[in-house]
Amino acid sequence: MRGGAIPVSPARLRRRRMVNLVMTGLCTAAALAALLVLALILWELVIRGAGALSLDVFTRATPPPGSRGGLLNAILGSLSMTAAAIAVATPVGVLTGTWLAEYGRDSRAAGLVRLFADTLLSAPSIIVGLTVYVLLVVPLGHFSGWAGAAALALIAVPVIVRTTEDMLALVPDQLREAAVALGMPRWRMIVGVTWRAAAGGILTGVLLAIARIAGETAPLLFTALNNQFYAWDLTGPTPSLPVVIFQFAMSPYRDWQDLAWAGALLIAAGVLLLSVTARLISARGRK
Amino acid sequence: MSVEEAGPMPDIISPGIISPDIVSAHPVARPLRLSALPAGLRWDGPFRRLTGVAALMVVAALAAMLVVLVIGALPVADRMGAGFLVTQAWNPVTDVYGAVAPVAGTLITAAIAMLLAVPAALGIAIFLNELCPHRLRAPLAVAVELLAAIPSIIYGMWGLFVLAPVLASTVYPALIDTLGPLPLLGALFQGPPFGIGVLTAGLILGVMVLPFITSVARQVLAEVPPVLREAAYGVGATTWEVSRRVLIPHARRGLIGGVMLGLGRALGETMAVTFVIGNAHRIHASLLQPGTTISATLANEFTEASGDIYVSALTALGLILFVVTFVVLLGARALLNRTGSAGR
Repeated sequence: MRGGAIPVSPARLRRRRMVNLVMTGLCTAAALAALLVLALILWELVIRGAGALSLDVFTRATPPPGSRGGLLNAILGSLSMTAAAIAVATPVGVLTGTWLAEYGRDSRAAGLVRLFADTLLSAPSIIVGLTVYVLLVVPLGHFSGWAGAAALALIAVPVIVRTTEDMLALVPDQLREAAVALGMPRWRMIVGVTWRAAAGGILTGVLLAIARIAGETAPLLFTALNNQFYAWDLTGPTPSLPVVIFQFAMSPYRDWQDLAWAGALLIAAGVLLLSVTARLISARGRK
Repeated sequence: MSVEEAGPMPDIISPGIISPDIVSAHPVARPLRLSALPAGLRWDGPFRRLTGVAALMVVAALAAMLVVLVIGALPVADRMGAGFLVTQAWNPVTDVYGAVAPVAGTLITAAIAMLLAVPAALGIAIFLNELCPHRLRAPLAVAVELLAAIPSIIYGMWGLFVLAPVLASTVYPALIDTLGPLPLLGALFQGPPFGIGVLTAGLILGVMVLPFITSVARQVLAEVPPVLREAAYGVGATTWEVSRRVLIPHARRGLIGGVMLGLGRALGETMAVTFVIGNAHRIHASLLQPGTTISATLANEFTEASGDIYVSALTALGLILFVVTFVVLLGARALLNRTGSAGR
C-alpha cells in the first residue's frame, strides 16, 4: 500500500482475494509438508528399527558381519561418555550462567563471555572433535572415551550456559532484594533463592544438553573412535551408538544395516523423550 | 525472555538501606577484615570468583580451539601458501592440497538448503501465527521443533536409504529429461541419476535447518506490535497483505538474523551430508553428481590421514569452516540483538 487509498473496484478485490487464497494456501502447504517429512522419518525409523530390535541388541556386543550380535557395548559406551560429559558440563555451565545473570549482567566482560558461549554453541561439532583430537588424543597417543567425553562436554556447556542465564534472568529482582533484605549473604541468596526459583529451567537446560550430545557423531569420530568389545573404562577407544550407526549404515552388510536402524530407533526415542520432557518442565515452570 | 524485560538490576546493596554488615560485602564499601565478617559473608568473594572461573573456562575453551586450528594449519600453509585457497586438486600421494572443492561444496549445499528452507520456514511461521486455529498452534509448533531434535545421523540414514533411492528412480530422471536439455540451466541437471550428490545433501540440509529458521521467524513475527496488524486489517487488508506489507517488513532484521542462524547450521552440519554427498573431491557443474563439503571431508578422511601435511590440510579446512560460521553467527547476533529477541 504505497500511499493513497486502496481503490475498491470489484475486479481488483477479486484479484486480491485470489492472491490471498493462493499465498495462505502455500503457507498451509509448507506447514503440512514439514509435518509430512517428520511423519515419514519417524515412520521409517519405527518400521525398520522395530523390525531389527531383539533381546540380542541389548545383551550382545557389536558383531563381525554375518554373525549374531547386538549393540550392548555401544549403548554402554554412549551412556558412560554422556554421563561423564554432563557431570563436567553441568557445574561449569550453571556457574557460568550464574556469573552472567548475577554478576556480569550488562558489563562488557559479560558481553564477551556471551559471544564466546554463543560461538561455542554454533561451532560445527566436527571442529570441536578436531580440537579435542589435537589437545587430548595426540598428546596421550591414543583414542579414548575420556577424549570423547571432553568433546561432548564442550558441546553441552554452552547449551547449559544459555538456558541457565535465561532462566535466572526470569527470576524477579524483588526476590533477590527480599533475600538480601533479610540479611542473606549474596552467595546464599543465589544458591537458596534464585537457583531454587529457576531450578526447573536449569534442569530443562541440562536435559536439552543431554539430548543434544546423545546423538552427536562427528566429535566422536576423532576422539573416542570405536571398538568391538565391552568398554567399561573410558581410557581406551570407546564405542558409542552414533559412531556404530555411522559405521554399520555405511557398510554393505544387511545385518549391520539392520542393527544401525535398531540403534537409530533407540537414540531417536531417547532424544525425543528427553526434549519432550524438557519442554513439559519449562512449560509448567512458566505458568 | 531477556534481561531487559526483567527490568534493570537495582543496586540492591545500596548503603543506608541495609545493615552495615552487608554493605561491607559490597565492593564499593571498604571491607572489614575477613575474620571480622560473619561466617556467611566470608564466602561471598570465593563464590563470585568460582562463577567467574567457570566463565573464564568457556572463554579459554574457545580460544584454545582457535589456537589449535591456526597452529595445525601452519604446515600446509607453509607448503601450499595461498595456493591452498585456489587449488582444486586434492592428492594425498603427492601432498598437493586445495580447498576449492570442499569450500564450493559447502557453499553450494548451504545455498540449496536456504533456497528450500527460507520460504518454507516463513510460510510455516505465518501459518502458525496468523492462520492456524488457536488450539492447534502449540502442538504444531512442537512438532516442527521435533524436527530439530532428531539427531543428524538419522537424517543421514534416512537420506541414504529412503530419500536417495526415490530421487534416483523417479525425481532425478524427470529433472534430467525436462531441465537437462535447457541452455545454461540445463548444465545443473545432467549426468546419471545416482540419487546421492550435491542436490540430495542440500535437500536434507534444508529440512534440518527448517525448524531453526521457523522458530526465530515465529518469535519475531509474533513480536510485531498488535496495533500495526489491527490497523492493517482495519483498512481492509487481506491476511496475505498484512503478512507481506506489515509483518515481514517490520520483522525484517529479525528474520534475516534467523536465516543466518540457519545458514550457520547448514554450513557446519556433518553427518547428514557425509551420508548422501558421495565424497568426491571435484566440482561438477551438475548438482546431481557427487561432491564434498568441508565437514564431510573431515569426517571421511581425518582418521585415515597419514602424514603431517595431510592432517594439516584437513585442519586448515576446519579453520576455514570455523571462521565462516563465526562470521555468520556475528551477523545473526547483530541483527537479532537489535530487534531485542532471541539473540542473547
